[in-house]
Amino acid sequence: MRCGDFRESYSEDMAIFDSRLPRVLLGLLLALLAALPAFATTYWLDVLNRIFIAIIAATGLNIVTGFTGLISLGTAAFLAVGGYTTAALAGKAGLPFFVVVPLSGAVAALVGLVFGIPSLRLKGLYLAVATLAAHYVVEFTVTHWDSMTGGVNGISVPAARAGGLALGDDRHIYYLILVLLVGLLFFAKNLFRTKVGKAFVAIRDHDISAEVMGVNVFRYKLLAFAVSSFYIGVAGSLLAYQARIISPENFPITVAIDYLGMVIIGGLGSILGSIYGAIFITLLPELLRLGNDALAAHWPAAMGLFSQFKSIVFGLVVVLFLMFEPDGMAARWHHVKNYWKLYPFSY
Amino acid sequence: MEFFLQLVLNGIVTGSIYSLVALGFVVIYKSTGVLNFAQGEFMMLGAYVCLALTVEYHLPFPAAFALTMGFMAVLGVLTERLVLRPMIGEPVISLIMVTLGLSAILKGVVQAIWGTDLRPFPTIFPTEPVQLGPLPVSQGYLYSTASVALLLLVFTLFFKFTRSGIAMRATAFSQQVALSMGISVQRIFALAWSIAAVVSAIGGVLLAGVRGGLDAALAFFGLKVIPVVILGGLDSIGGAIVGGLVMGVLENLAGGYLDPLVGGGAKEVAPFIVLVGILTIKPYGLFGKVKIERV
Repeated sequence: MRCGDFRESYSEDMAIFDSRLPRVLLGLLLALLAALPAFATTYWLDVLNRIFIAIIAATGLNIVTGFTGLISLGTAAFLAVGGYTTAALAGKAGLPFFVVVPLSGAVAALVGLVFGIPSLRLKGLYLAVATLAAHYVVEFTVTHWDSMTGGVNGISVPAARAGGLALGDDRHIYYLILVLLVGLLFFAKNLFRTKVGKAFVAIRDHDISAEVMGVNVFRYKLLAFAVSSFYIGVAGSLLAYQARIISPENFPITVAIDYLGMVIIGGLGSILGSIYGAIFITLLPELLRLGNDALAAHWPAAMGLFSQFKSIVFGLVVVLFLMFEPDGMAARWHHVKNYWKLYPFSY
Repeated sequence: MEFFLQLVLNGIVTGSIYSLVALGFVVIYKSTGVLNFAQGEFMMLGAYVCLALTVEYHLPFPAAFALTMGFMAVLGVLTERLVLRPMIGEPVISLIMVTLGLSAILKGVVQAIWGTDLRPFPTIFPTEPVQLGPLPVSQGYLYSTASVALLLLVFTLFFKFTRSGIAMRATAFSQQVALSMGISVQRIFALAWSIAAVVSAIGGVLLAGVRGGLDAALAFFGLKVIPVVILGGLDSIGGAIVGGLVMGVLENLAGGYLDPLVGGGAKEVAPFIVLVGILTIKPYGLFGKVKIERV
């Protein structure tokens, strides 16, 4: 606890920023992000875009899994729903970007509602497997509804377009994603200061107690699924706009596992955690690739082992985090921050 | 009719292997409360080790098989000791994720050692078909199903009559009571993991033998067994056996009759749809123990 940090009213206690410094730093960070495309190479711009999209989806997953305590293995499915809705709405119906993205989110939210219905009766592992079922049902639909999804060959998505402007290249997409990211994170952060968000957390902590206290558990569980799938659907839509072509190969079950990994490593029940986790897991293969290229210069056999390498490192990171920092990077960050706040008089 | 019988028979053959692997899931879940998502990787690893011993080291099959089982038993104990023991008392999501992490590691290691190409697997059983009623059936299928039936019988007797088996059931009933009766719960956990690793390796070897080939796709079999265990109820050994056979037959029937209509893939998705339907009626599976919660 910082010295002189007195909270005299409820609103002061609820404030997201407890002093002016974080606001200034956040403003600087946003300015830096806005200026980045001027310096970044196409490759790093692409990586940044993927990180931002991953942050949106990870936040969505964290809402349902970290904040409401419902384990979901359906992330890849909801991403696919968002992506394919975008392909249909932008490609076949020719709608502009700012209509397509929320609509894709809404369709994903609807699908999320449907697959959230088993949560009426199921919990824990059984619910996790029901969401796994959702994954396979969506995968099946996507692969076999050829006229709509292009089947296994995939489908191309037209460039983003808004108000007659073509916004297709990486730089334009970058700004579009950044704006949506900031808006969605702002909403998520504030969601947990409202009645709805607190109901989610109450359900996570103990659903029967929550019900006793007057929380309509089923309604809020469904709502959690809907909000979460909306986020993931928006991420899927952006993914489609960014990649310009999507196929069932973009949404295997391993994607859902990667996202669970992000949420675990970042920190369950923490918006900041979703951000850290998404950055970490998206950057991990890129850094491994750099390392692998360096290694392959001396030991050519390493070249072919990259994907195995990636799998092993991902698994190790997840297992080690669960063992040594189960609260994730967000908690570690908190500890580090507190240490320096009181430095050199920390105890 | 013949087509129908053929599908049912194929279903029983795959279903029996499902039952065997599901037994591994149930043994772990019952005693430790963990759903092991790395079971498919255990199958794959067991099959690859067996393959390497027979093909690369030219051991006769029975010796290779016995060595594989020994290796898997040790691996099971090590997994429990190194990965799962530190996780005791953690929430369900952490337990799921730690086994998912484990599966990523095992998959990576197996593919790094043995590559991703399909490898021919030595035939364990003779393959000449025999006439079973109106149907010609590969002998390999019959032997595979028979060995699974035998194993399931052995394990049922083990849980019913042996000292360790009874200790395992006691631990599943209540860890605290088991401890106070002088049962080493830690030893039971280790035993559960090694049994699960061994039965999944047997399942992997049988499956690779029946298919005649082995590649990384075998690991997905583990995911396919999950609806089986959930259908039977996570903590019921009888449920695992029934669930395996039901799901095996069901997916073959769906594959046979629905695939021509929808253009393939019904086999993968049908078990999950049926599963969700059954779960909405019976939330703890067909034979699972209903958990009563109190505030």
